[in-house]
Amino acid sequence: MASSFTRILSSKRNVGILSIVGLFTTGYTVSQSFCMVSRAQHAEYPDLRKHNNCMASNLTPAIYAKLCDKATPNGYTLDQAIQTGVDNPGHPFIKTVGLVAGDEESYEVFADLLDPVIKERHNGYDPQVMKHPTDLNATKIQSGVFDERYVLSSRVRTGRSIRGLSLPPACTRAERREVERVVVDALSGLKGDLTGKYYSLTLMTEQEQQQLIDDHFLFDKPVSPLLTCAGMARDWPDARGIWHNNEKTFLIWINEEDHTRVISMEKGGNMKRVFERFCRGLKEVERLIQERGWEFMWNERLGYILTCPSNLGTGLRAGVHVKLPRLSKDPRFSKILDSLRLQKRGTGGVDTAAVGGVFDISNLDRLGQSEVQLVQTVIDGVNYLIECEKRLEKGQDIKVPAPLKQFK
Amino acid sequence: MPFGNTHNKFKMSYAAEQEFPDLSQHNNHMAKILTPDMYAQLRDKETPSGFTLDDAIQTGVDNPGHPFIMTVGCVAGDEETYDVFKDLMDPVIEDRHGGYKPSDKHKTDLNAENLQGGDDLDPNYVLSSRVRTGRSIRGFCLPPHCSRGERRAIEQLSIEALDSLEGDLKGKYYALKNMTEEEQQQLIDDHFLFDKPVSPLLLASGMARDWPDARGIWHNDNKTFLVWVNEEDHLRVISMQKGGNMREVFTRFCTGLTKIEDLFKNRGHEFMWNEHLGYVLTCPSNLGTGLRAGVHVKLPNVSKHEKFGEILKRLRLQKRGTGGVDTAAVGGVFDISNADRLGFSEVELVQMVVDGVSLLVNMEKRLEAGEAIGDLMPEQK
Repeated sequence: MASSFTRILSSKRNVGILSIVGLFTTGYTVSQSFCMVSRAQHAEYPDLRKHNNCMASNLTPAIYAKLCDKATPNGYTLDQAIQTGVDNPGHPFIKTVGLVAGDEESYEVFADLLDPVIKERHNGYDPQVMKHPTDLNATKIQSGVFDERYVLSSRVRTGRSIRGLSLPPACTRAERREVERVVVDALSGLKGDLTGKYYSLTLMTEQEQQQLIDDHFLFDKPVSPLLTCAGMARDWPDARGIWHNNEKTFLIWINEEDHTRVISMEKGGNMKRVFERFCRGLKEVERLIQERGWEFMWNERLGYILTCPSNLGTGLRAGVHVKLPRLSKDPRFSKILDSLRLQKRGTGGVDTAAVGGVFDISNLDRLGQSEVQLVQTVIDGVNYLIECEKRLEKGQDIKVPAPLKQFK
Repeated sequence: MPFGNTHNKFKMSYAAEQEFPDLSQHNNHMAKILTPDMYAQLRDKETPSGFTLDDAIQTGVDNPGHPFIMTVGCVAGDEETYDVFKDLMDPVIEDRHGGYKPSDKHKTDLNAENLQGGDDLDPNYVLSSRVRTGRSIRGFCLPPHCSRGERRAIEQLSIEALDSLEGDLKGKYYALKNMTEEEQQQLIDDHFLFDKPVSPLLLASGMARDWPDARGIWHNDNKTFLVWVNEEDHLRVISMQKGGNMREVFTRFCTGLTKIEDLFKNRGHEFMWNEHLGYVLTCPSNLGTGLRAGVHVKLPNVSKHEKFGEILKRLRLQKRGTGGVDTAAVGGVFDISNADRLGFSEVELVQMVVDGVSLLVNMEKRLEAGEAIGDLMPEQK
């Protein structure tokens, strides 16, 4: 590994290191000079033997050699994309993705790695042959109001990226500020129940901060090494902020893990209304940015483009906080969730534990089904879970349902 | 590398003011010195390996600092950083190193014979003595910017050189990623093991990338000479032992360093060094000698004296807790070391520590006996 490298070095002792680079490069002023020396490419290949993430499972030395000297138009490289996966070997039980996109073109330039990662993460969705359906028509939703003796709150979130600006791992300060400017400008055009206000993280007052914390709206500088190793926390808190409507039912995070995260939520079980507002708000924001000459990153192969490959397609997580004290203790609980294509989390969000039998239940899938399909899946699934809970209350037995089809 | 925006080609389509970082809450040397004009002048430059101004300052932008402690706020990605970005680096160096000017020359002196005394610090007070420095291998990028291949090459070169050491310097290398549980426990017990950095000052500069690949610890069989490979610098070299014989520690330090340098030279490599900045290291605060010579010393009485801070300042010494930088003293035992790095030679700095600690121990003994120490107050060095 390093030995062939030192052979190159010692034989080129009198020649500057960069003239070696000059032999092999094509004129890019890219710092990954040693990566571009073909004999030393294996000296650059990361040690992934202890790793358990999708990048590590799919990045062969051959794919690395093929992609390591490529860069997207803004200069983003493979090494940068995989850094988070190299630095975070993962957990034997939880398989993280292990790479991020620095811009829209990352998904094309590094397709040889990203396509198999996407296929693995999204349960067989093949970006090379399949198309992703987008459907934000909330009128198609059926039975979207839950029994509020069980469902405490309903929420739908997604992300959107502004085409033409680099994503959080790679953006410069000016690009990030531009994202903030474009989005805040558009949001100021929202009317009616969507009228709201922007709170910049750098300028917010103590009172504003406390109010946002009490409302559970405030996001903080990421501490997860999965995010910090990808470079998304650079320059914090510059150009980061929170916008929400006066009714506190529609919320947008700016420049956290994505350009924007869009959240519709309310107490109680009216998921249909939450989703209706979600779709309406999203479409309105899209219209407003289009008026100003911008658009969202989207294509029919991958749907909406976001920083993490796990959030491609719809980027949508629709979920409820629901009381399932008996069902959650039943040994069939996990199997039932699997069949319904749902996942459970604690009420603090990802990587937290449930408290008092209250679970966060949401869709597992993101890509390959439309927004309407995924929300309907959550509605049907949560209704089924509530039925199970009620049956267990009465001492009746429950059944594990037949597994839902993967792609519709 | 190290960040996704290192070669972001869209940067230059924005005006410098749009890219200039918000440093209004910041207290570090970089933030004090970097003006919008300077940023505009330097932002499109890069070193031959592709390191940019934004790369250099990222750690200072991400870490506003503390009102009482002035951090540096920028790092070098390679030797040329100090040249290509001299408009920023020179004033930072001047600020940090007590007025050291761009025209000043730094003297290197690793001849331990030139040290006077130092072999008789009272071991009833001086519990241990230690000298450390860093070295960078010319031609490779520094930890914030190096690639995996470079880092592995540095490790390989270091192992080859260190394996050739003989006599009381003969030792063994322990790679962080291959270490057994027993080896790890032994290194912890010896206080030799270094861990993945947790300080945001280091993480934000990109030095912890690919951990623990190509990181390791070498030490001699006697456990008195230790080398860290690829932590905050290419090499950190440490000589240490219990007791107050700083002279012996420094002699081993100089001998070991000189031997290592020769071994590298035999293989066609040299250390980064120039007559203005001395030894070149990742952090501007470690330029010159990169040397910290210190003792763990019991000073329960002197440390409570109202003039303790002033005495240390005049002696050009600094205090730390026995856990190292940013820790507190425990049981009246302090880590006392030289405050300077650049503008004084290695011998001069160790001499200051030897003379200064000697004086502090005398003061401690006087105060123990209930006597005054007014006549022992030193002049400003």
